Amino acid sequence: MKYVNKPVRKKDAMQLVTGKPVYTDDIAPKDCLIVKLLRSPHANALVTSVNKAAAMKVDGIEAIYTWEDIPQDGRRYTQAGQTYPEMSPYDRLILDRHVRYVGDVVAIVAGRDEKCVDKALKLIKVQYEVLEPILDFHTAKDNRILVHPEDNWESLVPVGADNKRNLCAHDETGSGDIEEALKNSDMIIDHVYHTKACQQTMMETFRTFCTIDTYGRLNVVSSTQIVFHCRRILANALHIPKSMIRVSKPRIGGGFGAKQTAISEVYPAYVTWMTKKPSKIVFTREECMTASTPRHEMEIHVRLGADKDGTINGIDMYTLSNTGAYGEHGPTTVGLSGHKSIPLYGKAKAFRFVSDVVYTNVMSAGAYRGYGATQGLFAVESAVNELAAKLHMDPFELRMKNIVREGDVMPAYYGQVNTSCALDRCLDRVKEMIDWDHKYPVRDMGNGKVRAVGMGMAMQGSGITSVDVGSATIKVNDDGFYTLSIGAADMGTGCDTILAQIAAEVLECSIDEITVLGADTDSSPYDSGSYASSTTYVTGKAVEKCALQVREQICRLGAELLKCPESEVVFDGKFVRQESHGKLQDEIKADTETAENTKDSTGFGGRRVSLSDIATASQCGNSIALEATVTNSSPLSPPPFMVGAAEVEVDLETGEAKVIDYAAAVDCGTPVNPNLARVQAEGGILQGIGMALTENITYNKKGKLAENSLMQYKIPTRVDIGHIRVEFESSYEDAGPFGAKSIGEVVINTPLPAVSDAIFNATGTRFYELPITPEKIAMAVAERKAENE
Amino acid sequence: MNITMILNGKKISADIDADMLLLDFVRDHGCYSVKRGCETSNCGLCTVFLDEKPVLSCSVLAARADGKTVTTLEGLQEEAAEFGAFIADQGAEQCGFCNPGFIMNALALFREKEYPDEDEIREYLAGNLCRCSGYEGQLRGIQAFLAWKKEKSGKGTEEA
Repeated sequence: MKYVNKPVRKKDAMQLVTGKPVYTDDIAPKDCLIVKLLRSPHANALVTSVNKAAAMKVDGIEAIYTWEDIPQDGRRYTQAGQTYPEMSPYDRLILDRHVRYVGDVVAIVAGRDEKCVDKALKLIKVQYEVLEPILDFHTAKDNRILVHPEDNWESLVPVGADNKRNLCAHDETGSGDIEEALKNSDMIIDHVYHTKACQQTMMETFRTFCTIDTYGRLNVVSSTQIVFHCRRILANALHIPKSMIRVSKPRIGGGFGAKQTAISEVYPAYVTWMTKKPSKIVFTREECMTASTPRHEMEIHVRLGADKDGTINGIDMYTLSNTGAYGEHGPTTVGLSGHKSIPLYGKAKAFRFVSDVVYTNVMSAGAYRGYGATQGLFAVESAVNELAAKLHMDPFELRMKNIVREGDVMPAYYGQVNTSCALDRCLDRVKEMIDWDHKYPVRDMGNGKVRAVGMGMAMQGSGITSVDVGSATIKVNDDGFYTLSIGAADMGTGCDTILAQIAAEVLECSIDEITVLGADTDSSPYDSGSYASSTTYVTGKAVEKCALQVREQICRLGAELLKCPESEVVFDGKFVRQESHGKLQDEIKADTETAENTKDSTGFGGRRVSLSDIATASQCGNSIALEATVTNSSPLSPPPFMVGAAEVEVDLETGEAKVIDYAAAVDCGTPVNPNLARVQAEGGILQGIGMALTENITYNKKGKLAENSLMQYKIPTRVDIGHIRVEFESSYEDAGPFGAKSIGEVVINTPLPAVSDAIFNATGTRFYELPITPEKIAMAVAERKAENE
Repeated sequence: MNITMILNGKKISADIDADMLLLDFVRDHGCYSVKRGCETSNCGLCTVFLDEKPVLSCSVLAARADGKTVTTLEGLQEEAAEFGAFIADQGAEQCGFCNPGFIMNALALFREKEYPDEDEIREYLAGNLCRCSGYEGQLRGIQAFLAWKKEKSGKGTEEA
């Protein structure tokens, strides 16, 4: 392969490293109204009155909107970027009289500049009827307090939701007799695992600007992963036709799933639609931390049964997921906690997976890289690590005995066959990379510090089975360069480049000859958007098929120009050539203006016409289209697999834990761009490490979040990590483009169980809640000391 | 109030509010490479040079730049491209949003110490957050750049 599986530079790389103005706020019109939001200080309250008279008098204020401007009995909507009908309930209004968490929106203020808007925000007088909130998600189900008591709450899909029970979703599934499997097991690991509502913390906060276009339509430019879903969300929120809305995205400063939910779009959209003036909103980091769409907090009860020889017989899982004040991605994330963790253990005879997703009065959760699988894998992999410790078995050996293999049917993965899998090779590779046999379980460094290792496995999907849609349009331009139009969103992942590599491979041209035009609802072919690890696998396949069609078109027009049957021509990326039948090539004479006789370096002689000439000819007196659109969806979602191992140094005096080495092997099928795949993996691993060690979420008694800035919410810096080493152990997925599966999400999952198990090996204490902070470690070490004395 | 400074080699004067931040000032003057990633001086995205020293422009009043020289990535395009190419060759620029601040500070590091070692790189750039890369690719890029620079200067000496 010439372009696939090659570490080419990202097409936009040099623009980004030289700091060119390519992001939303860089290109927003300078005369935009500044939009800011007045937010609730209460976790649960009714707005009884809003006095905006003084605020309206501030010079420069254009408009102030409150719940009184929004029909409270109108149809609700969801901000979740999902295929219609969305699994997420329709539980929002642009402005709701009932505010449901500290940070919920009370008023939208628009004015000439930040100063006047800030002043107006302070002058708005709001009276609240403060209600008792639900802050403990264990008490939410069937609580007398209802987060969504309203009658116009709506669930479009039967996901077991019931707003009169604070239930956003409920599900029960299984295979085999789990009680029997557990009863017949020699050992049961039975624990509850708790993960918090961690933040994606992309460097660019949520931001959107809106204008009215030539045709009176609402033109929305936003930092979003989901332009098409966003158009529907805005139409639903504003109650205007979709035909009146255009959504596009410029460069995006990171997403990680956060921008799979329309967090910022509705506010400037409403302001611009009402005022017909351009407007923009830029979330502060504090808003981003306190009023956005973090990971679902989950508590996962695992009962895992195994025989003495290490054979895992069955996994019983109950997941309680906290969706917060609104239900975005609530019914879907929870499914992954079981369906993308249990299938790793292919020998198990039975499984059961029951889940509840509850509403509470905290910030609503959403999509974050890993999407529930992260939480589930922390639980299952931690349980398996504990099993290994109790059986005095090496965790790698235990995995090797139990893992799912290529060709296995995966009952907990919707009954799909494991079509491509190098999980076994990933295990061998990582064990060697980290020098496990010398380092497991722990080494005393003799200075109050110990170094221990731990490991974990992971899987994810590649797009949502039979739901996600990816499309590509390729057209040939004069001179023979191509335009590739996609609806997928490059958010730094490099999908513009990766998809261009796939097209270049098929079209046999250089990457530079392909221009990528990304994500505009008016001009892009339909794409569900960039989420669920779908872009390389689903959209990538659409690109491959599309490029093949364009090749055929080039041949057709080339044959016409050569005045020969289409069956006689071949295209080599530069020329369409006529292949002769028995005749000496040199004898064939050119009989059209564009055809020429040649003999190239390979000795090929014959008649040919260049792509450039074909492209030129296509623009004059031509009726053969040199443009194709192909749409693709997959009945399979082949899982990528991964194994990771952490070497953690723990200071037993201070409790400080630092990952000094992380080794990982990934099976993402063919890595289309090994550089970009590697950086995806390295970045995801460090996010996982942050979740394991430092990224904490705590609420006070009134439901106010403490970690509201990068000062309190500690994402890892470059001094907090030693080295991260990633290698690829590739299987070949027949259904993917050139054998590729996905990489984007699976990479975040392994550090949680791996780091946690390393800390157990270091301290002798097993932690069931993340993050494992130095305080917790120091306290555990002290307790253990006290016990021993 | 009126301030005068040299911004990317050009002398400019402007009437500003006393509470205007240097970050907003330079963006208002077309330096869009300068980004805001937080409000608490934690992320390093807004790094600019104030009289050749890297500062967080979110935490400096524009008035303090009066009579001084301010440089943003717009004024260092050649250097940015030369070094940035090594980051790009790792695919480590990713979303790109933290790149200008990171590259400004890396260039400041190279001015203070021509060939920093790994620990010095980590320490100096500790205040430049990146959520995409896990820092490993940035480190590889920096080290590849330093190796290239060393080789180039070595050759230069031989020729001389």
